[in-house]
Amino acid sequence: MTAPRRPLPVSLILGAALTGLVLAVALLSLLWTPFPAEQVRVIARLRPPGPVNWLGTDHFGRDVLSMIMVGARNSLAVGAAAVGIGLALGVPLGLLAAAVGRWGDEAVGRFADLVFAFPAVLTAILLTALAGPGAVNAIVALGVFNIAVLARVTRGAARQVWRREFVRAALALGRDPASVTLVHVLPNVAGVVAVQATVLYAVAILNEAALSYLGLGIQPPSPSWGKMLNDAQTFLFTAPLQAVFPGAAVAVSVLGLNLLGDGLRDLLDPRHRTGPLG
Amino acid sequence: MLGFLARRLLSLALTAWLATVVVFVVLEVLPGDPALLMLGTEARPDTLAALRDQMGLDRPVLVRYGGFLAGLLSGELGTSLTYARPVAGLVAERMVVTGPLALMALALSTAIAVPLGLWAAARQGRAADWGVMGFGQLGIAIPGFWFGILLILAFSVQLRWFSAGGFPGWQDGVGPGLKALLLPAVALALPEAAILARVTRSAVLDTLREDYVRTARAKGVGRAAVLWRHALPNALIPVMTVLGLQFAFLVSGTIVIETVFTLPGLGRLVYQAIGQRDLIVVRDVVVLLSVMVVAVNFLVDAAYAVIDPRPKVEA
Repeated sequence: MTAPRRPLPVSLILGAALTGLVLAVALLSLLWTPFPAEQVRVIARLRPPGPVNWLGTDHFGRDVLSMIMVGARNSLAVGAAAVGIGLALGVPLGLLAAAVGRWGDEAVGRFADLVFAFPAVLTAILLTALAGPGAVNAIVALGVFNIAVLARVTRGAARQVWRREFVRAALALGRDPASVTLVHVLPNVAGVVAVQATVLYAVAILNEAALSYLGLGIQPPSPSWGKMLNDAQTFLFTAPLQAVFPGAAVAVSVLGLNLLGDGLRDLLDPRHRTGPLG
Repeated sequence: MLGFLARRLLSLALTAWLATVVVFVVLEVLPGDPALLMLGTEARPDTLAALRDQMGLDRPVLVRYGGFLAGLLSGELGTSLTYARPVAGLVAERMVVTGPLALMALALSTAIAVPLGLWAAARQGRAADWGVMGFGQLGIAIPGFWFGILLILAFSVQLRWFSAGGFPGWQDGVGPGLKALLLPAVALALPEAAILARVTRSAVLDTLREDYVRTARAKGVGRAAVLWRHALPNALIPVMTVLGLQFAFLVSGTIVIETVFTLPGLGRLVYQAIGQRDLIVVRDVVVLLSVMVVAVNFLVDAAYAVIDPRPKVEA
């Protein structure tokens, strides 16, 4: 007889559905958009939503739906790069810190304190002052923050694994710390890291939108949700709906990833289950 | 406890010092010639030479850093290129907008979040709980600056109750100034309130599971009394910690929200300074904000140690 299966957390299902939707839109934009997203048609500027332009047009006559679709791609790409940097550097750093003990702990702790002293927007401002605005700055600013967070989370989780019996047994059997880290510690911290990376992805999308709104992120003519909101604010009196759609796109993406992160955590550690919707 | 605080103070002082090093290296060492970066390649040679002289760029890097650090410690920051005025004066002027804005946002978010979190915990698993958790998820997902734009759309464009941005100053009384800061403060408070409501809920639920709460209930203390007298005061410890950690997000938020509402605050000063290539303002304000983040973190640690004196094993 098999044990009854626990139902999947609601947040996991909702989060996967929303994230899947955003991902599908982003992928679809590679193959098809209603209009070319960068096509300027001044004659059709600031049109309200209608049968031709489903979500209307912006002040250059560009199709808003097409821009939102390509914006999804850009936003997900910047977020993925920022989280990728965090995973590639933060996780090994955290594993190393846990393996070497006190000094590694201290070093990671100090590094994280230093990074957290600079909120992402401040880091982006510093980088822009040095090298001018651009998506790369946004990725680096968000990536550095992610390195610190993931290093700390990995270190914390890895330290707990190091205290467990099977790790001590492996050491007693003569395994060296490097192979213990790879074979025993890494698989046991992967779940925690995955949950944190999902939440950081959401934070990266939020921050990228804010940076693009300020003109410090993705640069025109490539569409970005933040820049679209900045443009829309100028035409609030004539085309108010233009300020609604890109923001809703950010909110749906972030909501999806946050719910997915909460759902994953509940799935991996049911004791942690906090209640409805994560 | 004193030992813990002293260690924490030392490590955060080290962090603050490292922050000054990072900012100095990024803005004064990496560009090679900061004067050229500020004025551009088409600047006249004599103008460039004058700025290099003003910034003391002919001196060795370590000496320049020493001067920068000494200036920071004595409160004498640099002189802005754009405004031709000391940065310290500019910061003081802008703080009369940013300070009240941040305080209003903090007060609003706490006033909304703590009762909501408490309410959700008291009705765990019921409709109210789902509602509050749903608000929490939505509040975290909605970008504060977009919420600000929506507030302008609703209350300035449609209802015309508020102006769409700008700040009248405090000279005409407190009323007009507070009115101009209300919508920005609401926009800043939303994500903070969403996170705080979730933290309050989960902290209260944790406390309700404690033995002393069960004992109080067994002795016949009413549900409401347990919630208010026992659960809430103890739950406020993690809430306060999160409130402190949120300060860094408040700093980021202020920069964006002040731009949305064209408020002449500290965030907008540093943001505009990039466009003006005024590296001295960028350098000084970024250092100031990051040191403030570090200082608030220390204050939270200190308050935490005082309220909850159990020994701290880890920083």
